Amino acid sequence: MKHTLKGSAFAVLGAGLLGLATTPAAAESLTVVSWGGAYTNSQIQAYHKPFEKKFGIKINSDDYNGGLAETRAQVEAGNVTWDVVDLELSDIVRGCDEGILERIDPSILPPAPDGTPASKDFLPGAIQECGVGTIVWSTIYAYDKTKFPGNKPSTLRDFFDTKNFPGKRGLRKGTKVNLEWAVMADGVPADKVYAVLGTPEGVDRAFKVLDRIKDDVLWWEAGAQPPQMLADGEVAMTSAYNGRIFNAQVKEKKPFVVVWDGQVWDLDLWGIPKGTKHLKAALEFVKFSTDTQRLADQAKYISYGPVRKSSFPLVSNYTGTNIDMKPYMPTAPQNFKTALRNDFEFWADNQDALNERFSAWLAR
Amino acid sequence: MAELTADTTLITTADGQPLKLKLRQSTRINRIKAFALVVPLLVFILVTFAFPLADMLTRSVRDPTVAKLLPRTTEALKAWDGTGQPPDSVYLAIAEEMVARREDRTIGKVAGRLNYEITGARSLVQKTGRKLARREDLSNAREILTKIDRRWADPLLWRAIRRLSRPFTLAFYVSALDYTYNAAGKIVAQPEDRRIYIPLFLRTLWVSLSITGFCLLLGYPISYLMATLPLRTSNLLMIMVLLPFWTSLLVRTTAWVVLLQRQGVINDLLVWFGIIGDNERLQMIYNMTGTIIAMTHILLPFMVLPLFSVMKGISPSYVRAARSLGASPARAFWRVYFPQTVPGIGAGSLLVFILAIGYYITPALVGGRTGQLISNMIAYHMQKSLNWGLASALGGLLLVGVLALYWLYNRIVGINNMKLG
Amino acid sequence: MALPPYVGPLGRTWHYGFRVACGLIFLFLIAPILVIIPLSFNAQPYFTFTHDMLALKASAFSLRWYQDIVGNPQWLHSIKNSFIVGTSATALATSLGTVAALGLSRSHMPYRSAVMGLLISPMIVPVIITAAAMFFFYSGIGLAQTYLGLILAHTALGTPFVVITVTATLVGFDHSLTRAAAMLGATPTRTFFKVTMPLILPGVISGALFAFVTSFDEVVVVIFLAGFEQRTIPRQMWAGIREQISPTILAVATLLIGFSIILMTALELLRRRNERLRGIHP
Repeated sequence: MKHTLKGSAFAVLGAGLLGLATTPAAAESLTVVSWGGAYTNSQIQAYHKPFEKKFGIKINSDDYNGGLAETRAQVEAGNVTWDVVDLELSDIVRGCDEGILERIDPSILPPAPDGTPASKDFLPGAIQECGVGTIVWSTIYAYDKTKFPGNKPSTLRDFFDTKNFPGKRGLRKGTKVNLEWAVMADGVPADKVYAVLGTPEGVDRAFKVLDRIKDDVLWWEAGAQPPQMLADGEVAMTSAYNGRIFNAQVKEKKPFVVVWDGQVWDLDLWGIPKGTKHLKAALEFVKFSTDTQRLADQAKYISYGPVRKSSFPLVSNYTGTNIDMKPYMPTAPQNFKTALRNDFEFWADNQDALNERFSAWLAR
Repeated sequence: MAELTADTTLITTADGQPLKLKLRQSTRINRIKAFALVVPLLVFILVTFAFPLADMLTRSVRDPTVAKLLPRTTEALKAWDGTGQPPDSVYLAIAEEMVARREDRTIGKVAGRLNYEITGARSLVQKTGRKLARREDLSNAREILTKIDRRWADPLLWRAIRRLSRPFTLAFYVSALDYTYNAAGKIVAQPEDRRIYIPLFLRTLWVSLSITGFCLLLGYPISYLMATLPLRTSNLLMIMVLLPFWTSLLVRTTAWVVLLQRQGVINDLLVWFGIIGDNERLQMIYNMTGTIIAMTHILLPFMVLPLFSVMKGISPSYVRAARSLGASPARAFWRVYFPQTVPGIGAGSLLVFILAIGYYITPALVGGRTGQLISNMIAYHMQKSLNWGLASALGGLLLVGVLALYWLYNRIVGINNMKLG
Repeated sequence: MALPPYVGPLGRTWHYGFRVACGLIFLFLIAPILVIIPLSFNAQPYFTFTHDMLALKASAFSLRWYQDIVGNPQWLHSIKNSFIVGTSATALATSLGTVAALGLSRSHMPYRSAVMGLLISPMIVPVIITAAAMFFFYSGIGLAQTYLGLILAHTALGTPFVVITVTATLVGFDHSLTRAAAMLGATPTRTFFKVTMPLILPGVISGALFAFVTSFDEVVVVIFLAGFEQRTIPRQMWAGIREQISPTILAVATLLIGFSIILMTALELLRRRNERLRGIHP
């Protein structure tokens, strides 16, 4: 017994060291970071797999919930393991200003099939100093139609109306979109939202509206949570990234309805953290995944709009079905009537102060 | 009767040395030998654990960003007395340095650091840097800057910049204790609705106390039962305490998510038994209730194990003696048995309390909004707001609190007496 | 345990009521863990018992979530990482801890309390602070997001357990045995391996088990310190609980529960062996 104990102890030690010695040496591989769930899946189908096939470079998909924190931490620590990151526009601008993203030369981007140069083919704002756009996405709110047999919510104001539409609400944890919605529900027209939020009184007003539903809110952080919360019955209505709800509606056949009133739309772009060890491969990936066909392809898997004008006509049906994607796009005319474009300059400036105020408000 | 004489000769050892000296020498050698055995682990812990903690505490009082990126401005500001506008040398220095920083793309760092304390500083610095870069001649810096933006003429802005340029700063601790610098640079308390941290510390303390109380309430009976039952049975029952103890923390927390959800097992049971209606399901998770229930479950073994080991050592003859002397069962319990278990209660409670105040995972997963504790705020500043100075300051305060309790634990129970079953 | 006949009705109620209450508390302790196990066989991707499951229909149960684990390279990679980091950290912690415990248990040890306090501190300091501090420091020396950094961190967290259990074992150790060995001409190292080690081995191994479980179950330090390549099982579960929300987590959880049971049994067998060696009988 004594020998077996000692023997097993040494065996364990040996196994540990052996395991350490055989930790894999990396063949060229790229780490591409995105928001997880159905969205990452659409990218894997439309970008990653064709890229791996064409270039023979393996892609590791990592997930995160947005923001520059991890990127900044890696760049400052001098140990960058993320090669390409899917960032919101305000984060791209901020990251570029702070020097934590590589500059991307727009001349590497291929033109449209009909010859239009990339600079004209991409939507305005989709080519940034440190980022190349991929999708147009939107924050909307959705509800489970079986929970509202009578009167159904149809406007932004209904979201904040817990008297006529009782039930818990889901909101993204943080200030983005929530403050805009609060003042819009309070009657501020879309074109004045950021002007109002730029004043202390405007911010107070926003928080007062949020106070009305504060006790009924469940705060989500990951994009996959809102459809899950609706399915579980944890909330009656929730804000969500529109593509995730589409996925739940079409793929999982859930009885969810999207309310497009007051949608806040934005762009997502690829950014490359400064100091990545695979710069060349990262640039190849960015170039490849933002060409006309690829952007149209990802629209087959999730209802986010491509940022290239030449991709629009190529958008067709949800993969393997007859369901036309166009009505589900944020940019479809019937959805776009009261849309608000997210003002990235505003958030770049005011994010810190407003987030601090939000933390204090949330903690009480 | 023999004469008693004091023997005044020195006692020596075999090699002629005085015994006392030799004894001292050999004791010293033994001590060095004993210490030498501990040295490897000691050095290891110092390097991998203690130094990082010291580094973190340094971060809570040091932020050399501005001093490093705007060195000449910092130097020039030292010569300023703080009244009126700073001298021309300061304006010139900051203008030239902003241009230089723009070129090496670190201006965003300066902008960000200033923006933490001066709202609007980010856009101000970026805008100014952009406009200055287009100019050739910066010799008239004061005029140029004030023309770009009026704020550059405001002494309050400059006082704030000067404060931020000092490498050693109390600003993080000031924020961590819910104070702030007002426009004049004095430390004042935050307005009522902006206080986050002190209420959060208090909430953490109060939650930990409740959890300790619940653990005691639930742990005492079962420890008593196991201590008084024959060994075979109590070993079996102990399994039910040890299995949770050995199960992964995440597994246990997931289990509670499954149980406490609105569509979870407990609500389903209650609806099935007709105790509540289908749309009256209890909200037991993503709030303080969820945190308390889950953490009580997770920390209960830490209360049971010390209590059990103390109770096992109490001889049953004391209570029997008390009963035979006429005490009722209740009286015998309270007057004779309970006082003997106090060391176990102390050990268990302190241990549970110390563990509870530092908990992060469980509140993060089941706490929702109202069940967040101070460690969740530290994680927020580490990962989301990236205000590492503030995270370090909050961590420093928490550390001091825990160490104080640890010292208390050592005094009352003794680290050497810590038993793990 | 039969109640004596002189106990009145109040006493009886109290006696049985007490046992019922204890039963409920034990249920509270064990139910969450037991609930997970059947749910991991749920054929539907829900976290609750479906009606078919309660009716015990065979079609409501399936092994799909376990198949998910095997078919998912991320999970397999995490499992491999957990064992690599766990065994390395355990080996390192056990060696350092045992040697230190030997020193600490000697009567001549100077500053014993202070040193003991410092060595135990990783267990007491809130893990969020440890994780944050290690993140700052290790990033500075280039150890963040590496296997070595993670192993060092877990070793630091595991050594207190080894130190505590081995010093506890050494308390009852009869030092005259080592003196006898020295008298018979054995060098200190030989004495250690031939005399001391066999006797304290149960304590060493139970300390090693504690250290292993600490590393295996550790998630906060991994969140801060590990990169994508070094993800361990708890880190993967953490991502799963917050983001992917699929019952694969429950399958992993059940496997981990099984693993804990094995470890607990090992510990219990060791304890019994220890008692036999020392002549204590239940």
